[in-house]
Amino acid sequence: MYDSGKIIAGLLVFVSIIAFPFVYNIGADIVKPEPKIDTPVIQQMAVKQCVEPKEFMRAEHMQLLNKWRDSAVRDGNRVYVGSRGDHYNISLQNTCMHCHSNKKEFCDSCHNYMAVKPYCWDCHIAPKENSL
Amino acid sequence: MSIDRRQFLKIAGVSTLLGLGTAAAVNGIRRDDVEASQMEPGPDALKAKRWGFVVDMSKFKTEEDYARVVHACHSIHNVPDYGNPKDEIKWIWKDDFEHTFPGQEDTYMAAEMKEKPFMVFCNHCAQPPCVRVCPTKATFKRTDGIVMMDMHRCIGCRFCMAACPYGSRSFNFRDPRGKDESGRPFIKELNPEFPTRTKGVVEKCTFCYERLAKGLKPACVEASGGGIVFGDLEDPNSEVRQLISKHYTIRRKPELGTQPSIYYIVGGNENA
Ligand code: HEC
Ligand code: HEC
Ligand code: HEC
Repeated sequence: MYDSGKIIAGLLVFVSIIAFPFVYNIGADIVKPEPKIDTPVIQQMAVKQCVEPKEFMRAEHMQLLNKWRDSAVRDGNRVYVGSRGDHYNISLQNTCMHCHSNKKEFCDSCHNYMAVKPYCWDCHIAPKENSL
Repeated sequence: MSIDRRQFLKIAGVSTLLGLGTAAAVNGIRRDDVEASQMEPGPDALKAKRWGFVVDMSKFKTEEDYARVVHACHSIHNVPDYGNPKDEIKWIWKDDFEHTFPGQEDTYMAAEMKEKPFMVFCNHCAQPPCVRVCPTKATFKRTDGIVMMDMHRCIGCRFCMAACPYGSRSFNFRDPRGKDESGRPFIKELNPEFPTRTKGVVEKCTFCYERLAKGLKPACVEASGGGIVFGDLEDPNSEVRQLISKHYTIRRKPELGTQPSIYYIVGGNENA
């Protein structure tokens, strides 16, 4: 075989580069985010539920927020009737964040884990941190 | 094998049907749960066919009368004060007769009107040039006549500013949440219920559409003590229409054909 030494050395370099991220993260404690819902407002609720069922919110809250903003800003419809039939005032700052007033421990805990940075807070005013 | 015309048409027809059918089926299957719920206007929302203002300049007497109105608007909407006229953000401001109504100066007009500053803000034109030039539909005309600004879509191209003949639009050359050299924040007191804007977007008066939705009057109307009246221009019985029919009113630069929705009462008594 010709140049087997070079080929094997090359392969070794290749494999170690490819494997680096995996090796690097071994032992790093990556904890699944646990968004906290223990805010004063949510504590007061008899039935602790979001504007829509939890599974839906978890997967679709960004789409819901998009619909909310188009509805409020473009169509002038500021009341949201949820799938359970209850009514909510459409507002990121005054509705979502009224309940979820612990943005750091709630929204950010997931977003940091997923490395998403919603730019909403460049304009929308984040709540004063609030948790029990 | 060759196909004749008849066979070709048959195959083409069947494949079209198959294609359309599949698309419909796929669309039907795709779930979109939010669609099940709805958005509606609030129960107290004020509605109109075409919102408009009448500004009665005789009600603006002292410096305080102007300042109070400007403050009412700018404070609730988190309008920054950059402290210099070049970067100034204006939703409502005052300007002299000459610049407000160029070409309408009249030798015999009441002197006090000629010298008085006028309260000016977005005209919510029926034919808004800003809307025609906006490439992203960030600014658009609502069915109730309000010329709206959707901050989420604004890319800061400033075409609208070039198009607006009234200077009603301001661009954020700086970060509204920032501070000046001496550490003074540009927004003195943040209203936590309303967003700010960012550097790089255009903003202007929105007719307090967020207050109308709750059944409240626009902030300037509330603070003006009768100096600014709002209502439905399409409704002959509305207060604004009554005022327009009783008083001599003028609009800003009507010759441009933008059809402003703000009428100014300039002197003259009832039935003048
Ligand atoms: C009335 C109070 C209230 C409002 C308003 C509200 N939430 Fe919630 N939200 C909750 C509660 C309580 C839960 C936990 C639900 C559960 O555990 O079943 C929750 C759960 C969630 C979850 C899922 C968290 C997880 O652990 O998976 C998301 C995401 C969320 N909310 C986002 C939002 C957004 C975005 C808005 C505004 C559109 C909003 N919420 C408005 C009370 C609220
Ligand atoms: C259960 C975890 C979780 C919680 C809690 C959560 N988010 Fe998210 N959010 C996500 C994930 C994951 C994404 C990214 C989805 C993607 O990229 O497709 C996301 C994306 C978004 C986006 C779109 C960002 C973009 O750049 O497109 C917005 C806006 C958003 N979240 C708002 C909120 C707000 C406001 C809250 C708190 C009220 C919240 N989220 C709470 C998981 C969460
Ligand atoms: C350039 C500034 C800016 C950015 C960035 C921004 N918004 Fe907004 N948003 C506004 C303004 C201004 C309003 C109008 C507020 C009103 O009418 O009450 C608004 C209104 C809304 C509304 C409806 C009314 C309300 O009070 O909440 C929603 C929902 C909303 N935005 C969601 C978002 C989300 C989600 C993001 C991030 C993905 C975002 N916005 C980013 C400026 C911004």
